[in-house]
Amino acid sequence: MTEINASPNMNSSGYEMPPEMRQNIAITTLDKIWNMGRRYSVWPMMFGLACCAIEMICTAASRYDLARFGMEVMRPSPRQSDLMIVSGTVTKKMIPQIVRLYNQMPEPKYVLAMGACASGGGPFKEGYNVVSGVDKYIPVDVYVPGCPPTPQALLHGLMKLQEKIDSESITSVRWYQKEAIEAIPVPILGPDIIDPRDFPTIKSLTQGKPAAAEPAAETA
Amino acid sequence: MRFSALKRDERAGYEGHIVPASSLLEVAKALRDEDGFDLLSSVTAVDYLTDNEEEESFFEVVYHLYKSTGGGAEVLRVQVPRENPVVPSLVELYPGADFQEREAWDLMGIKFEGHPDLRRILMWEGFAGHPLRKDWKEVYFEEEAKPFGNRWPGGQVYRVEDQNPYGKNNQYPDGFDPESWVETEDPLLYENLEKAAREYTEDIDTEQVVVNLGPQHPSTHGVFRMAVRLDGETIVALKPVMGYLHRNHEKIGERNTYIMNMPFTDRLDYLASMSNNFGYALAVEKLMGDKVAPPERAEYLRVIMAELTRISNHLWAIGFLLNDLGAFFTPALYAIEERELILDIFEATAGSRMMCNYFRFGGVARDLPAGILPRMKDLVNERLPRKIDELDLYLSENELVRSRGEGVGIITPEDAIAFSATGPVLRASGVPYDIRRADPYSIYDRFKFDVAVRYHGDVYDRYMIRVDEMRQSLRILKQALKDLPEGEILTGHNPYQVRVPAGEAYGRVEGPKGELGYYIVSNGKPSPWRYHVRAPSFINLTILEKMCVGQKVADVVVNLGSIDIVLGEVDR
Ligand code: SF4
Repeated sequence: MTEINASPNMNSSGYEMPPEMRQNIAITTLDKIWNMGRRYSVWPMMFGLACCAIEMICTAASRYDLARFGMEVMRPSPRQSDLMIVSGTVTKKMIPQIVRLYNQMPEPKYVLAMGACASGGGPFKEGYNVVSGVDKYIPVDVYVPGCPPTPQALLHGLMKLQEKIDSESITSVRWYQKEAIEAIPVPILGPDIIDPRDFPTIKSLTQGKPAAAEPAAETA
Repeated sequence: MRFSALKRDERAGYEGHIVPASSLLEVAKALRDEDGFDLLSSVTAVDYLTDNEEEESFFEVVYHLYKSTGGGAEVLRVQVPRENPVVPSLVELYPGADFQEREAWDLMGIKFEGHPDLRRILMWEGFAGHPLRKDWKEVYFEEEAKPFGNRWPGGQVYRVEDQNPYGKNNQYPDGFDPESWVETEDPLLYENLEKAAREYTEDIDTEQVVVNLGPQHPSTHGVFRMAVRLDGETIVALKPVMGYLHRNHEKIGERNTYIMNMPFTDRLDYLASMSNNFGYALAVEKLMGDKVAPPERAEYLRVIMAELTRISNHLWAIGFLLNDLGAFFTPALYAIEERELILDIFEATAGSRMMCNYFRFGGVARDLPAGILPRMKDLVNERLPRKIDELDLYLSENELVRSRGEGVGIITPEDAIAFSATGPVLRASGVPYDIRRADPYSIYDRFKFDVAVRYHGDVYDRYMIRVDEMRQSLRILKQALKDLPEGEILTGHNPYQVRVPAGEAYGRVEGPKGELGYYIVSNGKPSPWRYHVRAPSFINLTILEKMCVGQKVADVVVNLGSIDIVLGEVDR
């Protein structure tokens, strides 16, 4: 089994192997096998948002070579991908699409927020069209700081994701539970971006007050 | 000037003429047809809002016109009242005004009468308010200008979102009911698309389909969207949709101090941060006058960095154009390999691979570190010429590149000028307009180089011109590296805050993608009153529809790739 070389921690503790068999047989748990298969075949979605996307492409290119991690298979379609690298500034105009793409990804799925913008708004946080971090809408597994994070930093983030995958167990992961996983409601482009989950708060704050004197801008 | 309607702008620090809105069309037409100002470079608006009782508040629309044969600008201004501002549209005369007027409508709320398709462009239809107006406040508004006050009142750090009831960057008008809200952005877009299609075809019996390419699409170079109406495989109408990366560069820039904006310019065209720095530094230096004239060594370093940027940008552009042509990732891998070597130089000098933040008013931030100069010389004299030749050898005569590039997406020189295209897009159509020659800045007049021109105006020529330009950049680099003098790199000390006298300036450079201009209005305060970026990627896109209509849908992607856009700059 070549996998033993690929992952030296394959053997579960507590099972002693006779030395002559160590290169050929491993006794392990289902979780470990399962996780090993998944950690080396995380397919990211080919999805770039802003400056950080350039560094993501560089990471995938010749010098940094994402293929070493089994992650070079960038899929243009969310339906074939396991990982969404949110590489750049998330704007209000774009967030409905991002949420939609996230909903279209099949489980198991992970999100990596690459860079200051995706993690918390970054240098553009105060902007009127900027979402202060993609985690305001979708759950994030790994945050990579930097503006832009260097390819090394992104690789480190991906390794952290692999660690996270290692720690999962098929008995407890959410996608094997009985309950269906709810899709995240897609935000609406209103007078400002509207998160459907905020409806009650919005109503309690705006209703009861007189309508604004100036109507929302119309087209000429 | 011959027009009685024209009034010289008398304000200190301003140039150009004030035109009444009613005679704008007539003046612009005469300037274009009689005086040769055929290139409308920039259209923008300034909100002169004042709370001084004696002065009047007004909007001013500013037009920068140039001759495609070179020379300085003619600046026209139209002043309109803040209530119901209406200005005649210049789209008929200069189709290149199209997107820029839409932007001014979107962000400033100025109506352009006679504009064929005045929709919002960067924000979406239905968004409340026009954000660049001085009295419009964003959700996270704290103070008019930076640096902000203490963020640790009472020793406690606070985050702005904690002060928002939604915990987000959101605000809604009073009386707003989220449940009855209907989105209007897309319906309006499709309506316009249909209108454009009807103009194109006479035979409306065939069924047409609408296809959306983007905003998440592997070949749109970022979050760009094109709504395309197809008749079979033929494109009958196309509308670009942008704003998915609108990061409010200008609004933030008007709160920042001058020096704070420098790192923000890096993030405009993030493939060419050094050129962006260059343009911004030039514009502010123009305002500040001679006391910040950069020393010799700094001028050379600026040129060297700008030309290295051009090469790295074109390498990337070519690699990804080939991607679009179907040669997936292999040429890009080779191109990225060379680009990495240039980035190493940037990282060693400026401290960052991509976001260099290297220029300062009056010079550059750091000197070259020890040992980097021989590496640069080696790269410029040995490695890059060889690699560019290799690229040329393997790609230029390639059957795939030729058959998919030749005769595709033709832009005539007249159209290119009328649509305000600049940079490689303009020069590939046979117009030898390069700001380094047409209106020289910095020390470009000292170097021997040719303005690359190609004459067919198709995708293939737009590819070839980038190869030509890289060779010319190498020529400049060789001379600059040979002559690089010793000495200071910054006039004065590295300032934390600069004093900028009141007035306006338009600084422009020949960026890798075209004319990159910064329009800055100062009122003597530490932050600019108006900060506008004339982004070449954005304005070069104006011609996209014209290029694509009548062609096959597969060519859209190639046409877009040959313009070479970066979304950070398109949407700002
Ligand atoms: S974190 Fe920095 S580099 Fe990344 S998208 Fe934001 S501004 Fe660009």
